[in-house]
Amino acid sequence: MSSSLSGLGRLLLALALWLPLAAQAAIDAFEFKDEATRERFQHLTAELRCPKCQNQNIADSNSPIASDLRHEIHRMLQEGASDDDIVDFMVARYGDFVLYRPRLNNETLLLWYGPFGLLLIGAVVVLVLTRKRRRAVAADEHPEHHLSAAEKRRLDELLKQDEK
Amino acid sequence: MMRRLILFIPLLIFFAMGIFLWRGLQLDPTELPSALIGKPMPAFQLSSLYDESRTLTERDLQGKPALVNVWATWCPTCKQEHAQLNKIAREEGVTIYGINYKDDRAKANDWLQRYQDPYVLNIFDPNGTLGLDLGVYGAPETYVLDKDGIIRYRHVGEVNEKVWRQLRDVMQKLDGGAS
Repeated sequence: MSSSLSGLGRLLLALALWLPLAAQAAIDAFEFKDEATRERFQHLTAELRCPKCQNQNIADSNSPIASDLRHEIHRMLQEGASDDDIVDFMVARYGDFVLYRPRLNNETLLLWYGPFGLLLIGAVVVLVLTRKRRRAVAADEHPEHHLSAAEKRRLDELLKQDEK
Repeated sequence: MMRRLILFIPLLIFFAMGIFLWRGLQLDPTELPSALIGKPMPAFQLSSLYDESRTLTERDLQGKPALVNVWATWCPTCKQEHAQLNKIAREEGVTIYGINYKDDRAKANDWLQRYQDPYVLNIFDPNGTLGLDLGVYGAPETYVLDKDGIIRYRHVGEVNEKVWRQLRDVMQKLDGGAS
């Protein structure tokens, strides 16, 4: 097959084979001591937000600061730091902002429990409305239940008059 | 009557949310609050930009209220604000410490010779380690330190006349509090 390739074709093939290598060189290559550490690294860099390019996590971002932080996380992992240590390290420097999953504290209480509160309010409103409607329906079906004693007497009288 | 009022509640909620969202539009999402406000300058041991053999630490930044400016020759906005920093240092006699962030020593020294040097001292941070400890995410950044080296204020981006007025207010309050 290679004998049928022209000089240009061969050059293109060589370039095409070289491309993946060149592309790989742009991504930092990290060595990990074991597979579990690699997974922790991937998890951490996906969970932490890049301070510069705000809608990307550290794993995705090309910005220099994200690259620095990847190296820092890698270094800390290799030194045996726990996930919490690393997250604390980032929060101490960049604030709660770097967390894609905000921590539960006084400032984020509303954020975490607000939706449940709204759900509760919604449930109460629905409950009140359905109960009111049910009562209204019941009143339509048995209107005599809602009459006062005097009204009932009058109704009975009227009905008796009809029968005559 | 009561029922009528209840009907207005969704409208009120709509307006309240509208006001919140409208305010949200005015905020600059790229401006992060510093996690280090009220905390001391992180500890460091780095060489001076001017003299490789001289080691600087956070103690060198204590003694009086000052500005700490994170800058680099590769940063275009740093060039823009440089004249303002020169003015602040010369005309107002403000102490400005520099952190030369991820830069080249020779280039940085050239730059200061060409555009004048507003800095009292300059910390050479080629690997950005101090920058990382400060939570720097983009040069230029400017911090206000009080006399004990506690970080009181942080500004990300160019220091222009308007920003300088803010920084000056913060510094004047520090002076007032100290005396």
